[in-house]
Amino acid sequence: MSYCRQEGKDRIIFVTKEDHETPSSAELVADDPNDPYEEQGLILPNGDINWNCPCLGGMASGPCGEQFKSAFSCFHYSTEEIKGSDCVDQFRAMQECMQKYPDLYPQEDEEEEKEKPSKDLEANPMEASVAKEEKGSS
Amino acid sequence: MFRCRVAAAGGSLARALRSLSPAPRGRAAAGHLLQRWNVPIKLQMSRQMASSGVPRGKGDSSVFVLIVGLSTLGAGAYVYKTLKENKERFTSRVTTITTRSEENESATSDADPASRGTAAPGARPEVPSHVPFLLIGGGTAAFAAARSIRARDPGARVLIVSEDPALPYMRPPLSKELWFSDDPHVTETLRFKQWNGKERSIYFQPPSFYVPARDLPFVENGGVAVLCGKKVVHMDVRGNVVKLNDGTQISYDKCLIATGGSPRNLPAIERAGKDIQQRLTLFRKIEDFKNLEKISREVKSITIIGGGFLGSELACALGRRARTRGLEVIQLFPENGNMGKVLPEYLSSWTTEKVRREGVNVMPNAVVKSVSVCGNRLMIKLKDGRKVETDHIVAAVGLEPNVELAKSAGLEVDSDFGGFRVNAELQARSNIWVAGDAACFYDIKLGRRRVEHHDHAVVSGRLAGENMTGAAKPYWHQSMFWSDLGPDVGYEAIGLVDSSLPTVGVFAKATAKDTPKSATEQSGTGIRSESETEAEASEVAISSSSSPTPQVPKQGEDYGKGVIFYLRDKVVVGIVLWNIFNRMPIARKIIKDGEEHADLNEVAKLFNIHED
Repeated sequence: MSYCRQEGKDRIIFVTKEDHETPSSAELVADDPNDPYEEQGLILPNGDINWNCPCLGGMASGPCGEQFKSAFSCFHYSTEEIKGSDCVDQFRAMQECMQKYPDLYPQEDEEEEKEKPSKDLEANPMEASVAKEEKGSS
Repeated sequence: MFRCRVAAAGGSLARALRSLSPAPRGRAAAGHLLQRWNVPIKLQMSRQMASSGVPRGKGDSSVFVLIVGLSTLGAGAYVYKTLKENKERFTSRVTTITTRSEENESATSDADPASRGTAAPGARPEVPSHVPFLLIGGGTAAFAAARSIRARDPGARVLIVSEDPALPYMRPPLSKELWFSDDPHVTETLRFKQWNGKERSIYFQPPSFYVPARDLPFVENGGVAVLCGKKVVHMDVRGNVVKLNDGTQISYDKCLIATGGSPRNLPAIERAGKDIQQRLTLFRKIEDFKNLEKISREVKSITIIGGGFLGSELACALGRRARTRGLEVIQLFPENGNMGKVLPEYLSSWTTEKVRREGVNVMPNAVVKSVSVCGNRLMIKLKDGRKVETDHIVAAVGLEPNVELAKSAGLEVDSDFGGFRVNAELQARSNIWVAGDAACFYDIKLGRRRVEHHDHAVVSGRLAGENMTGAAKPYWHQSMFWSDLGPDVGYEAIGLVDSSLPTVGVFAKATAKDTPKSATEQSGTGIRSESETEAEASEVAISSSSSPTPQVPKQGEDYGKGVIFYLRDKVVVGIVLWNIFNRMPIARKIIKDGEEHADLNEVAKLFNIHED
C-alpha cells in the first residue's frame, strides 16, 4: 500500500512493489528513428559507420585510427562471400600500426587453444549464428 | 560503485582485432578465433566516460554484431590464407612484418625524419606556428573534442594547449575512487578500480597516444599533441592567432575554448593572512589530491567548507580516515543539509545523517565570518558566534569559469551564469566553439545553462568536436552526473536538479523481504521520527490511479531508493535516480519529451524502482 505526503513544495510517495506491478499508463512520445541529432550506435540508420560512436573508445581517434577505419570500413562494406576476406591487407596494416603502440594496444598472449574447432563452434552457437546474420545482411 | 553500462572498446577491442591476424604459431582453425572474441562483448565503461553513451541496447547490440562479424573476418582471413597461400610462406611474412615494425619502433620514438615527415628535425620549431585545430585547455572537454575531431576528420591535426602540467585526465576519481584505494602508492599510480573491478588510470590515454607538438604538422596521419604548462593569454579572432604566456604565437583554422574554471575561495579566507592560505586547499587538480592526501595523514583535524558535490564527497572520503586513524573531519556550509542546493530538503537531511555516519562532523547553517591563527591551530568564527578549531581548511565553494580570454577575443560573457555565451551549437564565432565548465550554452529543451560536471565536459566536448568538423548539431543529448556518499547514498541525475524547484519523489517502500541495507542499519538517529512527525502533519491523498488508502510511514521505511522528479511549469526538467542505476536512458527520454504528465507515479513505474 502506498502513501503520500507533502512537505512544502515537495511531494513524497512511497510505493510497494505490488503498487508498481501494474503497467504504467504514462505516455512517452514516439522516437523519431531518423532524428539527425540523436546519438547513434556504431551503424547509422543509413548503414554508414559512426566513427564518433563512444563504443569505439579511442580506436578511431588514436594513432592507428586511420588503419583501424580503413580495415573496419573494408570489412563493413565487404561483399565477398566470406565477408572481409578482401580486407587482409588493411587488417595487416592495422596490426602493424598497433604493434608500434604496445601501451595503447596491449599485446596479450593467450594460452588456451588445442580444443577441437568443431567443439568450439558448438560452444558458441549464438556467436556463430549472429556472425552468419551479419555476413548475410550487408 | 559503477553501474552504468555502455559498450566501450579501447584495449580489449584492440585485442580482439589483433587476434584477427593469424598467429605465427599456427592456430588450428576458425573455431578458436570465434571463441576468443567473446571478450569484448562484455566490455563496459566506468561512469567516467559513460554518459556520452548511445542508447544502450542499440549501441551494445551493434557493437556485438560487428565484433562477432569481425570474428568471421578473422576466420575468413585465416581460412582464405590457409587455402590460397602457402601457409609457411605466410607465417614467415607475418614474422618479418612484426620484426620490421619492432625495429622501426626502437629506431624512431622521438623523431625519425623518414617516418615522420621530410623536414629535418632540427628545422622544426618546438611549437608549430599553425594548427588546423587548436584546443585551449587540457581537461575533459578538450580531450573529448580532440577524440571526436579525430574520429570524424581523418588525419586531423589537433593541438591542445593546457595550463596543467599533466596530460588530460578525468577529475571525478580525485574526490571519489582514489580515496578508497587500497594501494598505498595511489598518489603515484593514480589508478582506481572501476565498477567492474578493472583498474584504470585517471589519464585518458598514455603518453604514447599523443604526438610531440613539433611533429604535429608532419606526422603522416595527423594526431593529437599537447603543450603542457602553457597558457593562452591573448586571442586575436580577426587574425585567428593566439599568444601563449611565453610569447609564442599560433594561428588556427578552428578553435575550441575549454578553459574550465578555477575553484572559488571565500572572501573571509582571502582577507585572512598568508599563514592561513598555506593551510588552505582549493581542490581541483592532481596536485591538490596529492597534497590533501598527505595532509590528511599528518594533521589532527580538517574542516571542509561547502556542502555541494565536491565538499560532500571529500568529507565522506576523509571521514573514512577519521575512523581509521583518529582524524577529525568537520564539514560546514550555509544550507540546511548536504547537497541542499540539489536535493529536496527531506532528502538532504536524510543524506546529512548518512554523511555523519561516515564519521563527519556535519555543521549545517554555518556561515564563515572570519578565519585566524590561534596558537598552532586555525580558528574559524561563524556568523552565529560558534567557533571551530581545526588544522587545515578545504574550501569547496564552487567554481569560477575561466573567461579571461573574453576581453582580447571580444567574446560575450553571460551576466547571469558566467562563462562564454554560445549558441545551441556551442559556437561563439564562426570558427570558435566553447565547451565544458566555461560554456554558457543554449539548451533547446531547458533553456540557457552552464553546467559544471564531468559528463557535461564529455558530452559538450564531443559535440563541439563534431561541430568543428561540420556536424552543425545542437546540444541535444543531455549530460548526466553522479555522486556517491558512503555506502547508502549513490545517485545519478540529469537535467535541472535545483532544490528550489517543486519535486515529486517516488520511493520504494521497504517490506520485510525487500529492506534496503540502509533501513536495517538505521538505528534511530532521529531522522526517521522526524519524517514520521512531518508525515502525520502533512499527509495528503494520493492520486486515484495509485493505491487507495494513504498510510503513515512505518518503522524501517526510508529513502533507500527511488526517483525524484523536478518540475518547472508542470513539466519534468530534472530527474534524480536515487540508489537505482542503469536507468539513465529512461530519464533522458522523459526530459527530452518535455511533456506534462498527469501522474508522476505512473512515470515512476517506468523506472522499476523495486528492482536492482
